[in-house]
Amino acid sequence: MQTTNRKLVNSMEKQLKLDSFLTIDNVSKIYPTPKGPYTVLQNVNLTINQGEFICLIGHSGCGKSTLLNMVSGFAQPTGGSVNLKGKAITQPGPDRMVVFQNYALLPWLTVFDNVYLAVDTVYPQKIEAEKRAIVREHLALVGLTEAMEKKPTQISGGMKQRVSIARALAIRPEVLILDEPFGALDPITKEELQEELLKIWHENRCTVLMITHDIDEALFLADRLVMMTNGPAATIGEVMSIPFARPRDRERIMEDPQYYDLRNHALDFLYNRFAHDDVA
Amino acid sequence: MTTTVKLNKNGTKNNPVLAFWQKHKNDLIPPLVGVIGFLLLWEMTSHLPGMRLPGPSSLFTDERTRILLLYPFYDRGGLDKGLFWQTMASLGRVAQGYSLAAIVGISVGILVGTQPFLDKALDPIFQFLRMVAPLAWVPIALVALQQNHPAAIFVIFITSVWPILINTTEGVKQIPQDYINVQKVLQLSKTKFFFKILLPSALPYIFTGLRIGIGLAWLAIIAAEIVMSGIVGIGFFIWDAYQQNYISEIILAVIYIGAIGLILDRAIAYLQKLIAPGQ
Repeated sequence: MQTTNRKLVNSMEKQLKLDSFLTIDNVSKIYPTPKGPYTVLQNVNLTINQGEFICLIGHSGCGKSTLLNMVSGFAQPTGGSVNLKGKAITQPGPDRMVVFQNYALLPWLTVFDNVYLAVDTVYPQKIEAEKRAIVREHLALVGLTEAMEKKPTQISGGMKQRVSIARALAIRPEVLILDEPFGALDPITKEELQEELLKIWHENRCTVLMITHDIDEALFLADRLVMMTNGPAATIGEVMSIPFARPRDRERIMEDPQYYDLRNHALDFLYNRFAHDDVA
Repeated sequence: MTTTVKLNKNGTKNNPVLAFWQKHKNDLIPPLVGVIGFLLLWEMTSHLPGMRLPGPSSLFTDERTRILLLYPFYDRGGLDKGLFWQTMASLGRVAQGYSLAAIVGISVGILVGTQPFLDKALDPIFQFLRMVAPLAWVPIALVALQQNHPAAIFVIFITSVWPILINTTEGVKQIPQDYINVQKVLQLSKTKFFFKILLPSALPYIFTGLRIGIGLAWLAIIAAEIVMSGIVGIGFFIWDAYQQNYISEIILAVIYIGAIGLILDRAIAYLQKLIAPGQ
């Protein structure tokens, strides 16, 4: 009787995982090194619903990027699996578009052509006018209509990041992956882009996975904040739900007393419970 | 008094040569001083007792050389042609050998750069062969091809192909990981990857190779022609003049060679600016 129950529970759990949108199932990542195997990640479990906005936070070297690389398909887990809609992720693809840390724009193509390359590749069946319209629409969305014919070398870092976001959104990915997208930007540009990203996400409702180092950024953007323990053999230490109603207003949530509870909780996690050796 | 000052001012403004001189004075004076100083020193050295090398003034004082200097376009048939025609003959050979080197160097370079196995297999051979001096190839080329013209083309080809090939390979291998990631995540087709990422990314390297290559090609043709007797060309012209002890003619030909080399280098640099601006 007990065994049948256990079996039932197991199969139900399995079914639940298959039904979920994106599951990270007991994932570990071990790199072979000359000094023996090095475990970056261990026992990582996370289930993400469709349309959720997830932020990842943790000290550098804790394997955040490695985890996201396994979702984007640039890296494969050593153990466990990452599944999107029940199918294991084995390679990168445009359904999981990445906004790269250093923008990864092609410097010989104009802003327009950088986005067009993506749209043209993902929608080969569409006619050219349609594809050009998609590019224009998404560049307008991030406020770059004026800079369409410029080369990436002629625009600022904030604008480059906008192009990178426009390129990612133009191909309607199911999952949008951002690796510390605003880290290199000045605070004003950063806030502007956060708001734009949130606005666009409201309209598209794609699932977002974003690495950040900024607790305030995470509190403003995310539905849930995933906090990682330190490496080696890092794992998810805690997942914090951020309950603020949407659409969010930066000033309003900062007046909310809950904001400081959450913020202190996250700070405590990062700087007391899992303080980095060189921080302290 | 006041009128002269005014005229002077107007003169400076309206005369483009003077205006240019005023603007670039500081950039033009040092090289002019350098060149004139060099020529003076040379001229003085040539008057030292026992010195057989004539000074730069011999370009004008020696009658045969003066004719060559003033009439570059004359053509009395056979090998007796003006320096313009001699240069053009050499340039024609360079154009053929170098074009071949560019086509082979770039295409093999791309192939080798994209195939790690080929790269590892062929790199030692390339590194070895590129060390062989142009002159050493001449006897091999003459034996293998038996005729002056194809042998000359081959010597130019084999001298200039290595920097083009090796730089192209390096350029392809050095494509930044970011661009490779873009290819992977968008799942770009092979053709699109080639034209939108590989080629533009490797282009600066390819042009570096092409620029080194054109310089070597021009060096090689002179060397090749000196050894291959009885052809129209600036290299053989020098050899011929040496045999007949017309030293000032050699000096004139050397000036031609230097100038053409400079022009070729700048032409490739200009081409790079045209094709791959700002990279």
